[in-house]
Amino acid sequence: MRSSHSRRYISSRVLLYGSAIVLALWTLVPLYLVALAAFSTKQATFQWPKPLLPTDFSTETMEFFVNTRGVLGSVGNSVIVALLTIVASLVIGAPGGYALARFRFRGKDTVSLGLLISKMFPTAILSIPLAVAFIQLDLYDTIWGVALIHTAMALPFVVIITSGIFVGVPRDLEEAAQTLGCNRVQAFLRVVMPLALPGLAAAAIFTFVISWNEVFAATILTLRNRTLPAQVLSSLNDSPLYYRYAGGFFMIVPALIFIFLIRKYLLNLWGGVSK
Amino acid sequence: MRKSMPVVVGLVVLGAILIACAPAPAPTAVPTQPPAPTSAPQPVAPTTAPPPTEAPTSAPAPTAAPPTVPPTVAPPQPLLFLSTQNTPVEEQEKMRNVILKDFTGAKVDFVSDAEGVVVDRILAEQKSGKITIGAIGVLHGTFPNLLAGNALEDLTPLVAKLSDRPIVKEFMTLGKLGTDKQYYIPWMQATYIMVANKKALQYLPQGASIDSLTYTQLAEWGKNITAATKEKKIGFPAGPSGLMHRLTQGYLYPSYTGGLVTTYRSDDAVKMWTDFKAIWEYTNPQSTTYNNMQDPLLSEEVWVTIDHTARVINAFKNKPDDFVAAPAPAGPKGRYYMSVLAGLGIMKGTPNRAGAEALIEYLTRPNVQAAYLREVSFYPVLESALPTDLPAYVRLEADGVVKQSKALDAKVALLPIGLGTKGGDFNKIQQDTLTRIVLKGEDIKTVLNDEANQLNALMTELKAPCWSPDPPSTGACQAK
Amino acid sequence: MRTKLESALPYSLLAPTLIFVTLLIVVPIFQAFLLAFQAPDGSFTLEYFQKMANDTSFRDSLKFTFLLLLFIVPAQAVLALVMALLIHTRFRGHTIFLYIFAIPLGISDLAAGIAWLSIFTERGYLNSILSQLGILETPFLFLSYQNLPAVFGTIVVAESWRATAIVMTILLAGLQVIPRDYFEAADVFGANTLKRTLYVVLPLLRPSLQAALIIRTIFAFQTFSVVLVLAGRVIPVLAGESYTWYVTNRNPNIAAAYAVLVLIFTVAATWFYLKFLQTSTAEAGYD
Repeated sequence: MRSSHSRRYISSRVLLYGSAIVLALWTLVPLYLVALAAFSTKQATFQWPKPLLPTDFSTETMEFFVNTRGVLGSVGNSVIVALLTIVASLVIGAPGGYALARFRFRGKDTVSLGLLISKMFPTAILSIPLAVAFIQLDLYDTIWGVALIHTAMALPFVVIITSGIFVGVPRDLEEAAQTLGCNRVQAFLRVVMPLALPGLAAAAIFTFVISWNEVFAATILTLRNRTLPAQVLSSLNDSPLYYRYAGGFFMIVPALIFIFLIRKYLLNLWGGVSK
Repeated sequence: MRKSMPVVVGLVVLGAILIACAPAPAPTAVPTQPPAPTSAPQPVAPTTAPPPTEAPTSAPAPTAAPPTVPPTVAPPQPLLFLSTQNTPVEEQEKMRNVILKDFTGAKVDFVSDAEGVVVDRILAEQKSGKITIGAIGVLHGTFPNLLAGNALEDLTPLVAKLSDRPIVKEFMTLGKLGTDKQYYIPWMQATYIMVANKKALQYLPQGASIDSLTYTQLAEWGKNITAATKEKKIGFPAGPSGLMHRLTQGYLYPSYTGGLVTTYRSDDAVKMWTDFKAIWEYTNPQSTTYNNMQDPLLSEEVWVTIDHTARVINAFKNKPDDFVAAPAPAGPKGRYYMSVLAGLGIMKGTPNRAGAEALIEYLTRPNVQAAYLREVSFYPVLESALPTDLPAYVRLEADGVVKQSKALDAKVALLPIGLGTKGGDFNKIQQDTLTRIVLKGEDIKTVLNDEANQLNALMTELKAPCWSPDPPSTGACQAK
Repeated sequence: MRTKLESALPYSLLAPTLIFVTLLIVVPIFQAFLLAFQAPDGSFTLEYFQKMANDTSFRDSLKFTFLLLLFIVPAQAVLALVMALLIHTRFRGHTIFLYIFAIPLGISDLAAGIAWLSIFTERGYLNSILSQLGILETPFLFLSYQNLPAVFGTIVVAESWRATAIVMTILLAGLQVIPRDYFEAADVFGANTLKRTLYVVLPLLRPSLQAALIIRTIFAFQTFSVVLVLAGRVIPVLAGESYTWYVTNRNPNIAAAYAVLVLIFTVAATWFYLKFLQTSTAEAGYD
């Protein structure tokens, strides 16, 4: 059958790869440029026209940036906060998503809407009452406090995303497992969870993104136990351009790593879903 | 594979829980429990909830009894020094490793952050009653907010101790924030100067000298540059956090009208805006994104600019041979310039008052003030001459600053006084005026009238009297 | 066979989430809400809203917020759909491309702003390339207030770059759940890719699409960092004004007024999506 469509096949393949490559380039080029600038000498950042190839490779700005007090610590803080947030929001939120997906109950739409509405208020203004409350609760300037807020910020999304995922997992499978002797929890773990895992992974990535990049609450609620974005925001605003590149690059790298790890996790499960 | 999935998930969850249950990575706040005995007899404000462990003999360190313990007797107590200055990474390191290195009166933790964060933190602490902050180092314009939030100690007793150093008297007066109590001690100052790329010097108008330009000549200069390079090479810090409004308040308005508020919509003001529009014609339109001018200067998007000394210093540092510092231009009423003042205050109810006072004493010593100039290019608040052992790039900028203050037609414009918490509203009026007249091209007289009315409403609400260069007023300062 | 325990189950499953969100978000929202309506003496007042409405940038911020939304959300939806479909075909090497497409997920607004400013600024990379290729004699001012369409364009590009991955992830997860039979059936009947996409995939993707659009729109109303970096005050947006009033002008009341406005608009937009992209309960697999 392929031979009769071979020309169409080839051109559609070309189109496929072509668009994939263009999109990939579009994504990568800005990152390359930031990396380029971060690893050039200070002078190179001021050159005109800007060099597009790493002719002037130097680690001086990166070194200074990394060695600046608080930077490495803040990376650690960011990682811990993000992990805490993922665990907490999945543990708390996924059951909620399941409830929304499988049950019809009174107040269901109100709940969905209410969760969404909690996301619709700019975080900057929330900080005013939050900071006072946190100080009183001794949560100010702690990792826990930031993780708490991040979890609260991520929960609505986790609930909604997971509910969308659970909705897509056919109910019959669950019920079949139950008739075969599993109780509700077992049916959930053995049947629903594996099928829902890609979606849960997506929810986890989402939560990571929210927590890792969250600047506002982290800035206002911490002073010395900063997460990376808060640290970068505070120290780079008035710093010269080359430091900002170093800071920007530094913020991008851990994200690259984390997504790389998650990507493998996603991969293995696709085969399991489609049949 | 399917069977192992729950196991993997379980492991991940378990691992995360283990990490989460590990002790918190860094010690969080400065311990507020062991109060130094010196703070016990202090009249602590009722809002400060005494920590539960407070007992007369709870301080572990053997300390002397008298309330004003000289800092060298007690082992250094921790002191949180919170500031909005010296935020750039390099400056913070200099503060910690060079300037504060020799201070023995307390174990200083220097934390520097954006104004919004710092003010929020201070006010929130004051509201909650759990004070960890010790010394506060912020700009003159930030203090009124703190005073309104009842967060500042009265420093009048400290003034006597500092009488041996020549702190500029006008600055000390500013430190009273319009009251009769001293709320901050002057710390360091900066100003705004003109910086030019040497490449631009050849285009100066005939007979003009860079050290004594007028605003009209600046426009002509810009015109010459554009004619030769086909690019607009003047620049202004008109970005969202740029300091353009200070230029409007302390340079443009006084130089043309001799005042600010009272003359906001005078004919002189109209002339000023007209002349400024002429300058703007040759200004890089990307100025609306510039928050500091050192980056555009270094990348040569801009050749001539006026900006805060701390926001152009990197230009001199990275390419000392390319730039020259000069006084700001003059207008018909003189060469007005503004001094930006930063001050040191003490958080009300702080646990380590002695340490904070010792820090203030240390930071106002002549040798430390000189170190400030050397390391982070902030100028001393002392009457004495500038030190001579400055690095070359600091010297370059300092020359411009000195020339500006010593110019024959030089006059000082003061920072706004008495605006309380509405400093931001005041600045916004200048920003809006510039946006409407220069960016949107609205009719000058109409805009000035409009904005002056807003100004009057604001000043009336604040009951704020006029400040130099406006003539003194009875009652609220008003635009005529 | 619903036992009492069973009918309480959904509520108990949801309870932790609701408690968390209420305490940490909803209560502070109320407190912040009050800021927009409470005069210093405690009485109810609309003066902050009046001041907001009379502000020079108010109309512009309304206009630009909606304009940006109008351009960015559809552009991203299409882009994300293309990316998701591409990956879904599982062509050779698709995992690498998936990873690449997902990278912007981890990029914060700060970093994205830094990256794109370095490209679009007058002496930035784009102008470097263009002038080295001989296309331009003097650098083109992308970020000049005198060229609003250009500035607007840079914001659309930068924001699309930054946030498309979010939409793509959600759509991709939704695609996974569609049984392969649907795709294969369409193929058997000779439908080419475009038809297949429009008539088979999109309807099945509706729940995910709805979720993705809602989430993206909520974010779009809130983000302003990239706009601030690229356009300064020239292109005000509601969230940016809220931020500026609070942080720069230190006026939390007017900032709260703007925030309330953002809230109202976002709620309206969400309602709009929910109504027009309604997932019927039958599709959702109930009963």
